[in-house]
Amino acid sequence: MSEMEMKTDQTEISTLELIQTGQKDAIPVALGYFAVSFALGIAMRNAGIGPITGFIISALNMASAGEYAGTTMIAAHATLIETGLMVLAANARYLLMSTAFSQKFSETTKMVHRIIIGCMLTDEMFALAIRRKGYLEPPYYYGMLTLTIPGWATGTMLGILFGTLLPSRIVSALSVALFAMFLAVIIPPCRTNSVLRMVVLASFGLSLLFTKAPVLRDLSEGVRMIGLTIVIAAIAAALRPVREEDL
Amino acid sequence: MSHMILQIIVMTLVTYAVRIIPLTLIRKPIKSRFIRSFLYYVPYVSLAVMTFPTMIYATNSIWSGLLAFVTGVMLTWYNASLPKTAVACCMVVLISEFILI
Repeated sequence: MSEMEMKTDQTEISTLELIQTGQKDAIPVALGYFAVSFALGIAMRNAGIGPITGFIISALNMASAGEYAGTTMIAAHATLIETGLMVLAANARYLLMSTAFSQKFSETTKMVHRIIIGCMLTDEMFALAIRRKGYLEPPYYYGMLTLTIPGWATGTMLGILFGTLLPSRIVSALSVALFAMFLAVIIPPCRTNSVLRMVVLASFGLSLLFTKAPVLRDLSEGVRMIGLTIVIAAIAAALRPVREEDL
Repeated sequence: MSHMILQIIVMTLVTYAVRIIPLTLIRKPIKSRFIRSFLYYVPYVSLAVMTFPTMIYATNSIWSGLLAFVTGVMLTWYNASLPKTAVACCMVVLISEFILI
């Protein structure tokens, strides 16, 4: 084998290997996605979303909180503005994550890779990708996507389909899985960050107040969620600006 | 086009926008400390507001939902993995509802 052939072979193997490494790393993530998206499917079924539509929504969005927010807005027959704002609030953390992720891309990485990978950016795959040394190799990310997208979208579809067939006890139990995923994002940093702890506690408390108290509970779900998010986050930012090293 | 389809298009476009705009356009970090802090707090507040009290009303009994919420908070406080937390919360609901209902 000539030197040139060797080189070509190596590059090809390397791309394939990157895809396979991505797939291997993504197995636990894809399994977790399957379970959580099943619960999301149950919420979608309650909002009147069909299995094919749910599959498409999940394959395109790859967002637990964002899709749940969107589903809530669909169930509430909210306006497009309300829907957009609520999905924006639920997904706003991606603004920060995407900013951080931009540092992981080599200047020579094509824009098309930035756009495709960006659209499919999730907390878990972000965590796996930034754990790798050096600049991100797009094939690694695509390898992860070959498992995580089917896992997430199929789970959603099965949740919509079999949510109706499962006994009420099982549906009741599965419906908390999605919220467990949200807790897994918001609670761990509260342990070391006392300001964040106060912010989360205030959010829980005010959310309960606005769900229960007379007059306040008459606000639409969309207005309540967006309003509380903007007000609480703005007050927290004004009173307790985040230290530079935490941003 | 039905209102639901329009809502789905809006949600998908918004999701893509927040994910790719910084990645493709912003080359320099945002300077305003207030905006950076606000952006830092927003995800935590929006997820917290979506989780509570909705989570406790998602189940057949508010007591099983409340138990699942407390279980979830305690487990994630001690850094339990997502799959473990999700399974534990579901089991708590399943078992407690067999006793309660």
